[in-house]
Amino acid sequence: MNPAPTTRTRQATGYALATAKSFATRFGLGIALVVLWQFAAMRAGSIFFPPPSEILHRAAELWLSGPPRRLFLGDGVFQDLLPSIARLLGGWLLAVLVGVPLGVLIGRSRMASDLLDPSLQFLRAVPGPALIPVFIILLGTESTMRVSLIAFGSVWPILLNTIDGTRAVDPLQLETARAFRLPRHARLWRIVLPAAMPKIFAGMRVSLALAVILMVVSELVASTNGIGYRIQNAQIMFLLTDMWCGIVLLALLGCALNWLFIQVEHRALAWHRGARGRGAVS
Amino acid sequence: MLTVEDLHHAYTPGQVVTSNISFEVKAGEFVSIVGPSGCGKTTLLKALSGLLDPTGGTIKFQGVPVRGVPDGLAMVFQEYGRSLLPWKTVNGNIDLPLRYQKLRADERRRRIDDSLQAVSLSGLGERYPWQLSGGMQQRVAIARALAYQPKLLLMDEPFASVDAQTRADLEDLVAQVRDRFDITIVLVTHDIDESVYLSDRVIVLSRPPSTVLAQVDIGLSRPRDQIKTKAMPQFVEKRSIIAGLIRRPTTA
Repeated sequence: MNPAPTTRTRQATGYALATAKSFATRFGLGIALVVLWQFAAMRAGSIFFPPPSEILHRAAELWLSGPPRRLFLGDGVFQDLLPSIARLLGGWLLAVLVGVPLGVLIGRSRMASDLLDPSLQFLRAVPGPALIPVFIILLGTESTMRVSLIAFGSVWPILLNTIDGTRAVDPLQLETARAFRLPRHARLWRIVLPAAMPKIFAGMRVSLALAVILMVVSELVASTNGIGYRIQNAQIMFLLTDMWCGIVLLALLGCALNWLFIQVEHRALAWHRGARGRGAVS
Repeated sequence: MLTVEDLHHAYTPGQVVTSNISFEVKAGEFVSIVGPSGCGKTTLLKALSGLLDPTGGTIKFQGVPVRGVPDGLAMVFQEYGRSLLPWKTVNGNIDLPLRYQKLRADERRRRIDDSLQAVSLSGLGERYPWQLSGGMQQRVAIARALAYQPKLLLMDEPFASVDAQTRADLEDLVAQVRDRFDITIVLVTHDIDESVYLSDRVIVLSRPPSTVLAQVDIGLSRPRDQIKTKAMPQFVEKRSIIAGLIRRPTTA
């Protein structure tokens, strides 16, 4: 005669339904499109557009056919995916390491801003890929060239957002810090940087997407490995399924990196969501 | 404790905000500064704190001319929401100024707990400022100032952004902690009742270019009470004197 279990069951059912509904809204369209693609590709039978099932099959062969001691990862992972990720992260981290300090300097110093801003505006207008020939002459065709290119192309959103974020620090927060005699370095590390962090993170996220693009572009030219190289090579050798595999892999890589970044941001900026979402509770 | 002589300030040449302001604050005194809006009260307070370099005159804190923020001085701002750091907890906010004071960790801990207890916020140290109400946030700002153990506490319209009941509570709180922590307080306010209720002496400023119109000794007994004190004839009398001074048209 205890009504509790019934209620609980009903709640559980309701929860499951809600989850299913949310899943359907979020992924339903994507799944439907893949299914549609599958049928359309099978019907058309074109070698240029293999069906997803074939791409998936080939992808498993390329990347998941290794021995157990290598976690079943295939040669493709070690030859192409890992070097690509290393260049991408290397270039992006370099962009962060250059962009954030430079941005703080320009954002907080009028003189640095007047001195550097025109040159930076000019450099920013140069499309990164246009510099590949220059970088090849200066840095050769090894990873240094590619990492530099990724860094050069993806530093801008970080730099501009850091400038913006450090300029927008609430003057009252800085005044409070001065009133309590916080030394200069403490005002930078404890006030300016945390206050600018939401903007810096936003810039870093945009840069990460740019870094993926630049990584591929850099690997299309004079390279011997990497996902970009693999895609182009497959196209030249008319291995069209391999080519599609590379493209799908890039999409997955982009999604994975973005997801990872959001996890980090979520933790680092919990205060920011809280402060914006709630306001004062009386 | 604090001596102001011929203080003069103009943000741009010709636009004089304050001129020839002179007064003195003795150790242990509670002084309020009132005046019509736009009379440069905040400018004056910023000059007293050393945050602003005035164009003329001298300010001495404990006999030493003020150049930059001196040691032993703390401030409470009107905009508690903006002066507390949202990325730090209540404890973190109070602790930040103490970290650069060469204090031992246990001493810092003790001061944080003490000051939170003094403003009746014990146990809320792990919360973030934005999880608290406006009145509680201002109490955190007061606790931060208390933990710093200043000799002189400057307050810039600290109760202007809270509701009437909270305001009365905070006024009594400040009167209490002042006795307990033995600090000198200079309060800037536009509220005449508040200035009379809290102070030993009220400095009345004129319209800009502002000078000291009068210094009114309050002389009400302590501890004061929101209802009883405010009903006393002496309270009513002082209040009307100050109100009369502020409303009077400028005689320049």
